[in-house]
Amino acid sequence: MAKPNLGPVTLPDYQQERIGSQIAEGETIKSARPHALTDAIFNYCPGCTHGIVNRLVAECIDELGIEGKTVGIAPVGCSVMMYDFMNCDMIEAAHGRAPAVATGVKRVHPNNVVFAYQGDGDLASIGTAETVHAATRGEHITVIFINNAIYGMTGGQMAPTSLPNQVTQTSPYGRDVSKVGYPVRIAEMVSTLDGVAYVERVTCDSRKHIMDAKKAIKKAFQNQIDGVGYSLVEVVSTCPTNWGMTPLDAFQWLRDNMLPYYPLGVYKDVVADGFANAAEAALERAKDCPIAQQGKEA
Amino acid sequence: MADFNHEMLCVLSGFGGQGLLFAGKIMANCGLIDGRQVSWMPSYGPEMRGGTANCSVSLSDDAIGTPFITKPTALIAMNQPSVEKFAASVQPGGAIVIDTTLAMNGAEGVQLADDVTVAAFKATEIAEAEGLKGLANIICLGKLWSLDNFCEREVVDAAISKCVPPKRQHLLEPNLRAFQLGIDA
Amino acid sequence: MADNTNAQERVLMKGNEVLAEAAMRAGCRFFFGYPITPQTELAAYMAKKLPLIGGTFLQAESEIAAINMVYGAAAAGARVMTSSSSPGVSLKGEGVSYMAGADCPGVIVNVERGGPGLGGIQPSQSDYFQATRALGHGDFYMPVLAPSTVQEMADLIYLAFDLADEYRTPAMILADGMIGQMMEPVLLPPERDLSTLPAKPWATSGHANEREHNVVNSLYLSPDKLEETNFERFERYAEIQEKHQRQELMMCDDADIVVVAFGAASRVARTAVRDARAKGIKAGLLRPITLWPFPTKAIDQVVDGGATKFLSVELNMGQMVEDVRLAVNGRASVDFFGRTGGVLPTPEEVLAAIETLAAGESVAQSAAPGAVGSLLPHPQHRKSTYERGE
Repeated sequence: MAKPNLGPVTLPDYQQERIGSQIAEGETIKSARPHALTDAIFNYCPGCTHGIVNRLVAECIDELGIEGKTVGIAPVGCSVMMYDFMNCDMIEAAHGRAPAVATGVKRVHPNNVVFAYQGDGDLASIGTAETVHAATRGEHITVIFINNAIYGMTGGQMAPTSLPNQVTQTSPYGRDVSKVGYPVRIAEMVSTLDGVAYVERVTCDSRKHIMDAKKAIKKAFQNQIDGVGYSLVEVVSTCPTNWGMTPLDAFQWLRDNMLPYYPLGVYKDVVADGFANAAEAALERAKDCPIAQQGKEA
Repeated sequence: MADFNHEMLCVLSGFGGQGLLFAGKIMANCGLIDGRQVSWMPSYGPEMRGGTANCSVSLSDDAIGTPFITKPTALIAMNQPSVEKFAASVQPGGAIVIDTTLAMNGAEGVQLADDVTVAAFKATEIAEAEGLKGLANIICLGKLWSLDNFCEREVVDAAISKCVPPKRQHLLEPNLRAFQLGIDA
Repeated sequence: MADNTNAQERVLMKGNEVLAEAAMRAGCRFFFGYPITPQTELAAYMAKKLPLIGGTFLQAESEIAAINMVYGAAAAGARVMTSSSSPGVSLKGEGVSYMAGADCPGVIVNVERGGPGLGGIQPSQSDYFQATRALGHGDFYMPVLAPSTVQEMADLIYLAFDLADEYRTPAMILADGMIGQMMEPVLLPPERDLSTLPAKPWATSGHANEREHNVVNSLYLSPDKLEETNFERFERYAEIQEKHQRQELMMCDDADIVVVAFGAASRVARTAVRDARAKGIKAGLLRPITLWPFPTKAIDQVVDGGATKFLSVELNMGQMVEDVRLAVNGRASVDFFGRTGGVLPTPEEVLAAIETLAAGESVAQSAAPGAVGSLLPHPQHRKSTYERGE
């Protein structure tokens, strides 16, 4: 895969100070390490998209100029060490509890920008309740969801999002849907909840898709800044190590199998639908329910 | 001269909705106003929802031990099961008030301790006849006070004023009237 | 009329409501919880009052979510609490372990009920082990305060917030259905000036481009680093143990038999000890107020004063008795009398146990110390509430 060309980027002042002096006259920066990333080197496997998404989150934080007021919640899973990579304040949560922890932070500091970064086991299995309820409460948080259809950190067990017939360590004969049921489609499910402002499913298998992913992540942060409501971006991702594939094969498998099951696209966007925020959209959806309309004028 | 400072260990018992917890609260507030040690312990849980309800009120000048009273010095019983459950445990010299509107057998057949005074009368019937529906609890409280002066009369009036919520001040006068009816009954 | 100099300031309130009111006065502005009997009045009080003073009450989707919201709010620097009852507290164990590991202060209230499992809803002290030993996985303790009056509900939750902040640790109020449900007069503590609360430079509240970024975390993949954090935490525990043991001693100066009891059990024991004295038995009451740290110095003092027999009275099957044995360390006999499942011992039963000890006999089914039989009451001390005529 060709190295993505991310530049030129607009550098915030503080970053100009940091690296501006190292640039010779006449040079333009095509791609710089975002300030919101520390100098720590990612420990992700080759071909895993965690590194790309970590970086996209950092770029969005830089471009929105919000590093100083951002608090990130890292999950349990392969991105557990994310607090080592980010330059904003970070909290390490228990497995699946990131949305609850994010709720606590956001309620204390409503002006902070709070994001949870979670994998599929974390968000869609052990933390399903926290996910659904933070969403339906309309918490003003941003959730980045990495769906690679497997438990990576523990060595490749079946995930809530593993595909039918997918072979994993704990589904050695393939995921038998007659016995263990079907994958959870989070973007579809979460988009039905009234507290939700924006849900989009993206992937990072090509330059174009990476740029789309960045746009979605940035919007998910912008929504929070604007008070629009809860936003979730699901990133269909790879796990070459546990899928037992080369990085290139993994991306092909993603295109062949993951994307047909988990179609890319916008699942909910209340702003695009003409509403100011999730609350307005929820009011409209319940327009025939008198009690839900109480206080509408106020 | 009545001994207002004696230790008072009172059980108030009956059906949920008869207002015994409220009557207990008035008694507890009497102790509060008097600057005494006080505890008010309700029964709680599913039994509150329509079943029997009781509370224990202790007034003392010493730190109160268990707030659950096993040897009461006074009892208000507004139904028969309450009489059966608590009357025999009332200490010698104690006082029992029974509303015989529902506890029709009074203390009949109960082995009482020595010198226990029993006042058995139809408090609920009196309340209804006097247009004080729902205030039989206060009538019983008045009766108990006349048997066992656990505080001065002005203190009771102050406690009743305190327990009637500001939004329901129209109920103050009926409560005070019910208390007097109990004394006279 | 009795002395009423303070009568104007005292108010009559339920224990659970006092916990809530005093917590707000201590500067708590965030409450996350889930409904469970018998602590509901606390949450209801918070739901009503917190929004009026600019605070946040949030009913979480689960006990687990609630404690993790507490963790998040604590990490963000707030004074925050949750409350529950026994089965709910089990679910909170995970979050409390993370708070301990990440050095996040917060207050957890357990208004105990009977167990195990769903158990019952009547007062119990069967979570003593859980509170003082193993609320969650990993090596950690936290201050555990046990109120025995409604006044102490106020005083101790106030203290709990301060201890939590000072030592960067979760702290627990271990109450029970009796103290939670009862009303007693209380002098409420003063309103804390929020600007005097301790600064929390470690909090994750956004670095505002003014400092290095903060990380609140309990993960250390390097064994050396993890051990170092545990050692550092235990240095703090050692200081808490040294400075913050609290207890009440009643009639212990010349006592031969010392009853050790906390919370609701201590109320019953107080009556029984007075009755024993009236019968000429030299009995005293040692009431731990801090369950962790356990008041070992007071035990030493009482042993040095000549006590030869200890009787731990608990609403469980013998949990604190282990701490009494550890503290007594063979210098006196240690017996146990407990009722469980929401059955409260009567003062008469405790008195009977004291009299049995005074007569040189055992109150237990079997006398072998440490055997489970020593925790089971002798059949003559086991009347059901029905047999007791309740």
